[in-house]
Amino acid sequence: MARLEIVSITKRYGDLKAADDVTLDVKDGEFLVLLGPSGCGKTTTLRIVAGFIEPTAGSVRLGGRDITSLPPWKRNAGLVFQSYALFPHMTVNENVAFGLQMRKVPAAEIGTKITEALRLVRLEHLGERLPRQLSGGQQQRVALARALVFRPDILLLDEPLSNLDAKLRQDVRVEIRELQRKLGLTTVMVTHDQEEALTMADRLVVMSEGRIRQIGTQQDLYERPADRFVADFVGRSTFIEGQIQSPGLFTSEGGLQIVCERLETGKATIALRPERLALIGAEAPAYDNKFSGVVEFVSYLGAMVDVHIRLSPQERVVVQVANRPEQPLPKLGETVSVGWSRNTGRVFAT
Amino acid sequence: MTTGGTTLAHAAGWRNSRTLGRLALKATAGLTMAYILTPLFFVTWLAFFAQEIPSFPPEGYSLRWFAAIPGNDRFVSGFVLSLQVAIVATLIGLAIGVPAAVCLVRSRVPGREAISSVLLLPLVVPGIVLGIALYVFHVEAEIRTELPVLGSLGGLVAGHVLIVIPWTVRLVTASLAGMDRSVEEAAQSLGANRLTTFRRVTLPGILPGIVAAALFGFVSSFGNLEMSLFLVGPGRTTLPIAILQYLEWKIDPTIAAVSVVQIVLIGGAMLLTDRFVKISRVV
Repeated sequence: MARLEIVSITKRYGDLKAADDVTLDVKDGEFLVLLGPSGCGKTTTLRIVAGFIEPTAGSVRLGGRDITSLPPWKRNAGLVFQSYALFPHMTVNENVAFGLQMRKVPAAEIGTKITEALRLVRLEHLGERLPRQLSGGQQQRVALARALVFRPDILLLDEPLSNLDAKLRQDVRVEIRELQRKLGLTTVMVTHDQEEALTMADRLVVMSEGRIRQIGTQQDLYERPADRFVADFVGRSTFIEGQIQSPGLFTSEGGLQIVCERLETGKATIALRPERLALIGAEAPAYDNKFSGVVEFVSYLGAMVDVHIRLSPQERVVVQVANRPEQPLPKLGETVSVGWSRNTGRVFAT
Repeated sequence: MTTGGTTLAHAAGWRNSRTLGRLALKATAGLTMAYILTPLFFVTWLAFFAQEIPSFPPEGYSLRWFAAIPGNDRFVSGFVLSLQVAIVATLIGLAIGVPAAVCLVRSRVPGREAISSVLLLPLVVPGIVLGIALYVFHVEAEIRTELPVLGSLGGLVAGHVLIVIPWTVRLVTASLAGMDRSVEEAAQSLGANRLTTFRRVTLPGILPGIVAAALFGFVSSFGNLEMSLFLVGPGRTTLPIAILQYLEWKIDPTIAAVSVVQIVLIGGAMLLTDRFVKISRVV
């Protein structure tokens, strides 16, 4: 258990920067999630921490020790792979024992430690099985036990849940998170699944094109996205292009006049969260912005309903409304009013 | 006729044409099997014929041709030499081919496509060409170095190593490529250095490939005739050469009996290895 410091890591492949000036500070016992689309540099960053990739520039410190040029086998990092990567020719017990044998732990101690680690993941009864005789979820837990048994300084998870089916994934998320908290393990997880990231993380790092876009808690990213990319990647947003002609007044390309909080003039994009917009009756006066438009598409999601409304020839917004019996759902082709207050839209200069 | 047949098939509907397709597949497979197995079948049958000149129908059956094998010095010493050469050549071929395959797959060697093509070349070049080339090389080598290269046991084994290497490189490369790389990375993250990772994780993973390579290398060395013809020295005869020489004078079923013994030995070796390592997964 230790603090991880990544200082200005860059990894270049020819002209391509797989990681570009990445700096992160993961506190002791913190669960940090690297989130981004494929090719954003999150896996490169994780593999640099694990020691499989040597950075072109920058340094990695684990528990105060510089590990930048140490090979993987000298780093004391527990790693869980997307494919689980269990040794197919070894039993569960032998898989879990591997890390202990490499550390020359006496055989007598190995036995008790294996039992302890398998009990943590509730698999103590399957020690004699081979990996291929286990389900995906069980294999995943063996991989976790194998990575934890030697008390690593840090736990690294590379898309650990992607190969599990949706139902199981939800359980394992909670399970991993509780285990990590119980053991107080510093953990870095890589994922492209934002829901997974939001449920598990203490703090999240959104990456794209090798760079960090934003670091923060769930609320930071959702309520105050740093740029258009984050607003789009975390949660959903409808974007309207245009410019701020006078402080606090945004004019869209389709001619909508939108009241907003940004004062600097110039070209800009406004991002609107579907659940923060409201369908309103014609008499409601309380909104800073009020537009009417035609319903072009309705998608019924059960608890929620998405309504796509054309506000101008260039602009269409999505409004998410709760599905309540007392409130009739808008129909296709119907004209409705949409309203939101001035602090609802996030404005980014473009 | 064809048009009529097609119309009929159409009329019968897709269900019938599917059964027809399945039948055609089975028939083709059966014919191919028959094509491969017929010579083996006749050789085996012939080996039990009683008469000296093979002709149909057999005049009776006998085991005397098998009984005659141990008494024939040329066959016995040929068998022993072929066995020795094949075993040594296979071991050397593995020692060269396995590391070569690991390098080709796991590291970024410049020109690795070219290197792997060169290593597969002995499989493509006709054996007789290989034999002549090696013969000329041995002659030159003997003149230059004044060492007894021509017709030496070492020269023969070296030649056979050449035909074992393509098998090892090919089969080990295939099984390495099919192996999940992250399993090796997992071992390293758990504290195993490169050598330990290779020994404890990579090697067990590619073992079926290595066993298959050993088997195929052994069989192609053991049965090699064309190349060996140029490499053997006086008094040193491999089994295939002994068979050829015998055939020049006699055509009695002894040869068939020797062949049957070979088929049984090699088939037995294959079945035995398949019990421990599933070769079918690699080849």
